[in-house]
Amino acid sequence: MIVELGHYALTLALGLSLVQWVLPFWGARAGDSALMAMAAPAALGTFAALMTSFAALTWAYVVSDFSVLNVVENSHSMKPMIYKISGVWGNHEGSMLLWVVILTLFGALVALSRTLPERLKALTLSVQASVTIAFLLFILLTSNPFTRLDPAPFEGRDLNPLLQDIGLAVHPPLLYLGYVGFSISFAFAVAALIDGRIDAVWARAARPWTLTAWVFLTLGISMGSYWAYYELGWGGWWFWDPVENASFMPWIAGTALIHSTVVMEKRDALKVWTILLAIVTFSLSLIGTFLVRSGVLTSVHAFATDPERGTFILLILIFFIGGSLALFAWRAPMLRQGGIFAPVSREGALVLNNLLLSTACATVFIGTLYPLALEGLTGDKISVGPPYFEATFLPIMMPLILFMPLGQTLAWKRGDLLGAAQRLIWAFAAALALSLVVAAVTRRGPVLALVGVGLGFFALAGSLSEIVTRSWSRGMPLATAWRRARGLPRSAWGTAVAHAGIGVIVLGVSATAWGVETLAVVRPGETIAAGPYTLRLDSVTPRTQHTYRAEVARFSVLRGGVPVGPLEAERRFYATRGMATTEAGLMTRGLGQIYVGLGEPDASGGIGVRLYWKPYVLLIWIGTLITALGGGLSLFDRRLRIGAPQKARQRTKAPVAAAPAAS
Amino acid sequence: MTRKQRRLTLIAGGLAVLGTALGLVLFAMRDTIVFFRSPSDIAEMGIAPGTRMRLGGLVKEGSIVKPGGQTVRFVVTDGGGEINVSYTGLLPDLFREGQGVVTEGVLNPDGGFSADSVLARHDENYMPREVADALKEKGLWQHASGEGANAPAVPALTQ
Repeated sequence: MIVELGHYALTLALGLSLVQWVLPFWGARAGDSALMAMAAPAALGTFAALMTSFAALTWAYVVSDFSVLNVVENSHSMKPMIYKISGVWGNHEGSMLLWVVILTLFGALVALSRTLPERLKALTLSVQASVTIAFLLFILLTSNPFTRLDPAPFEGRDLNPLLQDIGLAVHPPLLYLGYVGFSISFAFAVAALIDGRIDAVWARAARPWTLTAWVFLTLGISMGSYWAYYELGWGGWWFWDPVENASFMPWIAGTALIHSTVVMEKRDALKVWTILLAIVTFSLSLIGTFLVRSGVLTSVHAFATDPERGTFILLILIFFIGGSLALFAWRAPMLRQGGIFAPVSREGALVLNNLLLSTACATVFIGTLYPLALEGLTGDKISVGPPYFEATFLPIMMPLILFMPLGQTLAWKRGDLLGAAQRLIWAFAAALALSLVVAAVTRRGPVLALVGVGLGFFALAGSLSEIVTRSWSRGMPLATAWRRARGLPRSAWGTAVAHAGIGVIVLGVSATAWGVETLAVVRPGETIAAGPYTLRLDSVTPRTQHTYRAEVARFSVLRGGVPVGPLEAERRFYATRGMATTEAGLMTRGLGQIYVGLGEPDASGGIGVRLYWKPYVLLIWIGTLITALGGGLSLFDRRLRIGAPQKARQRTKAPVAAAPAAS
Repeated sequence: MTRKQRRLTLIAGGLAVLGTALGLVLFAMRDTIVFFRSPSDIAEMGIAPGTRMRLGGLVKEGSIVKPGGQTVRFVVTDGGGEINVSYTGLLPDLFREGQGVVTEGVLNPDGGFSADSVLARHDENYMPREVADALKEKGLWQHASGEGANAPAVPALTQ
């Protein structure tokens, strides 16, 4: 009964989103406020219906209702509750449902916003509804999660063991909040094109949504990377795999977008480009969904997929990307172009940022889709792996990171390159000194890694220098400087923190060059060493848990003969699916990690062990968290909380009423 | 600077970056891409030893040999040809006889293949697409080949 209710709510949501699509659009064309006002309740209704639907599916998982095909295929009555719940989106149908739930969540938040101009809001919600309709049709026609099974089996087939992890509870929702959040920027852009009008009010209204989506996407990619790192047991944290690139491309484009909206807001320039970028960013999210969901590519992260569904998503893709680009080609020339500006200025630096980021995004795009195109054209099957991306992406990103501190130091309108360079000289000197220290201490290591260390330190020092020079001048007491630093706009802090986070990531990535790997067959009592650490295998014992049996290898970790603690790694066998997985053993030492992957036992009673010592590897994920925090700080900047200026004057009593991002 | 000069600077800068990127892409595409081959491709095409490639097919039943240490030898077949593969390292969890596999490495002068990576799969029902296509060509494809029912016990737990 509850399952049927879920199915009904899903269909109801389709009806409501049709209302949300047609009426506000008609209202905006006819100038009818009553029709435009229908957008908000329809958006809220769609969201409520989809939440009901999602709750119904979750309920079916929680009580292990094996009369539902989706539950049978992906659940097991003995599974821990957290995995029963996260299993809801650990499969194709459920994850598409989560996709639209988040899509309509953003729609509902826009509906609740009270600062948006009436027409913009109505058109935005209408455009967003069209995306909702397409994906609801996709779910209802090809991927219905509520299909019943008769007769119902007594037990489910269990969830893929690799997904039985806290990572599944965290990574997809965060990733979708990012991915799908860009639909709002897209809807804003298309609304502006339909309206043929775009200005700083638009930029100010659209920016918090883009920023919110970007923060979540940053966190989602970061969590996904850490999850793959410890779950796959290969010690790698980024494989340049198509599925990873699918989420990374919208991130790069989104990064460019949050920078270009700043230029639009402050200088009323780069309008057409920003609109195009908003369309491209969400298009890349759609392409990502297509790549992941259609099974057209071989990926280390690919789960069983169904090519039939790919065609449907491809049609959605063609409709939205083709349609929005056609609309862009038709309407963009009507938008009033902003002025052109000096190359040496903050906006000039932001243009450089956009140029480098979009070029980098294009190289990733080519590398990801070239194999598909080549196979379609010639039938040759190729793989484009990490060497390609290292040869193209890195040379573009390195100048970007080098210019990053300079860009944030330059003034708007007319920057002083020499002055900015002078202010950064200390940061540069510090970075150079620190990387020379690193070179002296390590005595070896590739030049590229040392360059990376230098860039990382420069980004960090550059951010620090930005805050210091803006709040302190020679001879000023520290207390005054501190007060001034605290008084800086949140967006200034946000920029500095986010850029510092990038520096931390670069340091962590560069440090991987000093990682050590050892591979050996180890018998109990024997040792294996990597870097400064030695591991002694104490025992290999069996253990039985919920839905799996495991062989647990216990190690003692020693440093210079002194024990520092125990470490456990597992090899699990999940009976229901007949699948084995390895659980890497991890020990964090400072910012580095000892990482143990287990292989198969050999005839002599030994077990294959892959041991890594990864110095400073945690900086990679700490850096992404800092970057996301920087984005969050910008989000709470005063000018964004207050919203569009002319509205603020009307609503002086409740200036903080609309904080879309806070929800 | 005049308006025109400013515009020219921007355009020149943009073209310079795009040109460099294009150069990088073309250069990398020539050197870093790896072709996917099946054992019968290798037999037919007469590929020169030393060529880096991805080799995919089925792990031949009864062909896995562990001469000691972390080295493993096995035969990859697609029905039309067979290639001896040697690999040193940890095998992915789902590596089994009779199952699909994709390895990456270099073809030796003796016709064997030295793999430096064996690609893992996430799912017991999942067959690498290239392997599935190659097997379909040879008429060896059975869709049910991995449907869970025939899950053999994993060696790790039978000792």
